[in-house]
Amino acid sequence: MIKKFIKNAGWPRIIIALFLLALFITAPFVGVNVFTSFNNTIVRFGMNGVMVLAMIPMVQAGCGLNFGLPLGIIAGLLGATLSIELNTEILAKLAELGTQYKISWLTQEFLTTYREPVGFASAIIIAIPVAAVLGWLYGKLLNRVKGDEMMIATYVGFSSVSFMCIAWLLLPYKHPTMVWGYAGRGLRTTISVEGYWLHVLNDWLSLNFKDQITIGGKVLDVNLAIPTGMLIFFAVMAFIVWVFMKTKTGTAMTAVGSNPEFARASGVNVDKMRTISVVMSTILGAIGIIVYEQSFGFIQLYMGPFYMALPAVASILLGGASVNKATILNVIVGTFLFQGILTMTPTVFNSVFQTDMSEVIRLIVSNGMILYALTRKVRA
Amino acid sequence: MSANNNAPLLQLDHIGKEYYGNRVLSDISFSIEPGEILGLVGENGAGKSTLLNILFGMPVITSTGGYEGSLYLDGKHVHFTSPTQALAAGIGMVHQEFSLIPGFTATENILLNREVLNGSLMSFVFSDRVSTLDRDAMRQRAATAINTLGVHISPDMTVNEMPVGYKQFIEIAREIDRKNTRLLFLDEPTAVLTETEAEILLIALKKLAKSGIAIVFISHRLAEVKELCDRILVLRDGRLITDQRSEELSTRQIASLMVGRESLRKEEIVPEIPEQALEEVNVDETLGTTTLAKKKKKKKPALKVEHLWVDMPGETVRDVSFEVQKGEIFGIGGLAGHGKLGIPNGIMGLYPAGGKVRLFGKKLTLNKPRAALGRKMAFVSEDRRGVGLLLDEPLDWNITFTAMQTQGRFLIGIPYIFQMRNEMAMAKETKKFIEALSIKCTGPGQKAGELSGGNQQKVCLAKAFVLRPDILLICEPTRGIDIGAKTLVLDTLKEYNKEHGTTIIITSSELEELRSVCNRVAIVGEGKIAGVLPASSPAEDFGMLMLNAHSRATNEEDEYENAEQDGEKIA
Repeated sequence: MIKKFIKNAGWPRIIIALFLLALFITAPFVGVNVFTSFNNTIVRFGMNGVMVLAMIPMVQAGCGLNFGLPLGIIAGLLGATLSIELNTEILAKLAELGTQYKISWLTQEFLTTYREPVGFASAIIIAIPVAAVLGWLYGKLLNRVKGDEMMIATYVGFSSVSFMCIAWLLLPYKHPTMVWGYAGRGLRTTISVEGYWLHVLNDWLSLNFKDQITIGGKVLDVNLAIPTGMLIFFAVMAFIVWVFMKTKTGTAMTAVGSNPEFARASGVNVDKMRTISVVMSTILGAIGIIVYEQSFGFIQLYMGPFYMALPAVASILLGGASVNKATILNVIVGTFLFQGILTMTPTVFNSVFQTDMSEVIRLIVSNGMILYALTRKVRA
Repeated sequence: MSANNNAPLLQLDHIGKEYYGNRVLSDISFSIEPGEILGLVGENGAGKSTLLNILFGMPVITSTGGYEGSLYLDGKHVHFTSPTQALAAGIGMVHQEFSLIPGFTATENILLNREVLNGSLMSFVFSDRVSTLDRDAMRQRAATAINTLGVHISPDMTVNEMPVGYKQFIEIAREIDRKNTRLLFLDEPTAVLTETEAEILLIALKKLAKSGIAIVFISHRLAEVKELCDRILVLRDGRLITDQRSEELSTRQIASLMVGRESLRKEEIVPEIPEQALEEVNVDETLGTTTLAKKKKKKKPALKVEHLWVDMPGETVRDVSFEVQKGEIFGIGGLAGHGKLGIPNGIMGLYPAGGKVRLFGKKLTLNKPRAALGRKMAFVSEDRRGVGLLLDEPLDWNITFTAMQTQGRFLIGIPYIFQMRNEMAMAKETKKFIEALSIKCTGPGQKAGELSGGNQQKVCLAKAFVLRPDILLICEPTRGIDIGAKTLVLDTLKEYNKEHGTTIIITSSELEELRSVCNRVAIVGEGKIAGVLPASSPAEDFGMLMLNAHSRATNEEDEYENAEQDGEKIA
């Protein structure tokens, strides 16, 4: 029974889970608030979940891990910035449509009340077609480099980020909260989403506890804010991906990843399936970054997306996925463990050693886990 | 050379070899004199390559427990454990696959690692490793070696610019440049040569033999073997069947010795031939008479292939035409590499193909697996693990996937809009086949990669049966599976054919197997159909077709011309 569990879960995951547990146990003794840390872990899980989910289609279709996630993220950033730039226009247009087609609930009043969710939704709706087009081109490219997808993907990510560094400066954005103050044009490196869609998911149905408990003579602040909305959003996305992988197309995609020759002999268009998977992955990446930003509070442009693929890749590998097999469970377990370690290690270590080396530790831990995960990419 | 002048150059004494309890060679004894040319012939798997590996000290042999018997060179007992030792002892080998460096010139390839060096202070102080090359002397030597072969190839030409024939000559030139080479093994040297090139090579080899070098010549082209060799050895099933002077044997005799088993064959039961198929056999023989041709038109054959070419690496099909009647079991045989596997793979659209294929009178779109599957054809690949199975997926996926993707079965939902796999139906269907074919497994959820070869093959068959095909194309149904599973697989095919009237086309390198299952068997040679014979024809007829599938050999003997013509007429 236990042996079976160990075999199913895999030693790496058990060891990391035990390490995480040990961190949670040690935390109170070195003066770290466990509840806050736990809350942070949950929030980070929700923020990153969708981007990790983006790995699934490409892994399943045999395109490897999506190191080109920055491409999807760029689509998301375009959606996010455009939703702010065109916020007024979008709301006005929607109100106009409401009256024109006599949609009873789509009124000026409704739009004022739900300004933020509408803004968030518009960001996603703008991002999806952009991601689809970029993903389609990216997929075409990956079909030409079969076998070297991951290497090429990495450079697709890097070069697209660099290209966008120019574009962010040149694109004719005008919105005062986004452009550089002194020049009046060119987007800033960091744009706040406050007043647009900050925490729209985090605050939706969020569970807040505020209390003080005494453990062993110590008074501990319990300040929990569970981002229910974000978790639900992740769950919905995960469900969509899960259902998709069970459809005829999803099955074909999995077969392509498992044995492209078999799939071809069974009449499946291998390149098409691969392209679909890349498009899906890119779209999920775009949605993922918007979810991330609404929680984080800022849109980070320029070099922001540069390293975004690596934590997502590390998470899914840590969750037990291989380069050609990944499940939703891998995503959930992996994201939780990765973000948990990433939250807990720096805080606990800082408290133990009384120095601020959180950023260093975070880098060591995250890159170390990526390294570890990649060495495990070939199954036995 | 050796002090003992009476001893033969090389003597084999009761050589035998077992691979993991599987006997591939037993009791081989013969000897070669200097200057003698020996022809070694045998079917695929007769043990020729194993014998060569032993003689050349290939690591394959030592790592699998060595060999039995002993080798004598000049009367002295030798035991090579690496090719280097064999080379040092004066044994040269020209392999079927070229071992040349593409970017190097002919000279560099011929003299590789035996370069002529210039002495210098540097090489005196350090070693020969730092010497410069004496290019002129090298070119001279290479040219001499090439000229010995009677061909004109510039020593400065790089190998990647050469036609295959040239490469073959360079390989041989390399071996004869070695000063001490006394015994030369040539493994199918003429397979890639054109007619004239082959003739030049044969002349060159005779010249070499005159200079005292002994040659062992391996070829499937019997006419060549007979022309060139002094003595002919026939291997069959790991045994030396005959060792005779070539004058005493006709090519036909050699062929029947190679295929053998004639007496055994007659006791076996030849399967009944369906009416149409029988008629077709008759038509074949008298094709050309308009009345019969017209009569044939009325009945549309299940599969009609006209001038098919398939670009499958290693199995190129050049120009193939044949017809298969409904309900027939049709066999495609021939030696490996001659294109028999290319035919079904090409029809199914897995490799680039051209020509005309008609299914029940309607044209089939080539190069699209989907089109072929959509026309109710099913395919069992010879590459079970590479193409036939999803090794990492459960059995139910393996068995139902193709039906799901091409026929929309095992799905629930609205077609074209939203369809999910129906895992219950998949498991149910899989269970049915596990029972029917007695596949040994833990259940539909077990991964295909965990099964044994025979059971995997049954899964492949199940995958094809699920499609409820009108025409079933099967490649190498019994390759790599044990005897018990073999019989079961073949019986299953026969039963399926009887029950459902499915037309089955089997491609196999085992002729006996084809003859026991099929109604008619086509023999493929050099990408063309050499002939189609009823399965009941004598084995030697098949043997002749197989071995003389080359146009060059056709006028060698009159006896088998009829058989040959069958093939040509169909084409």
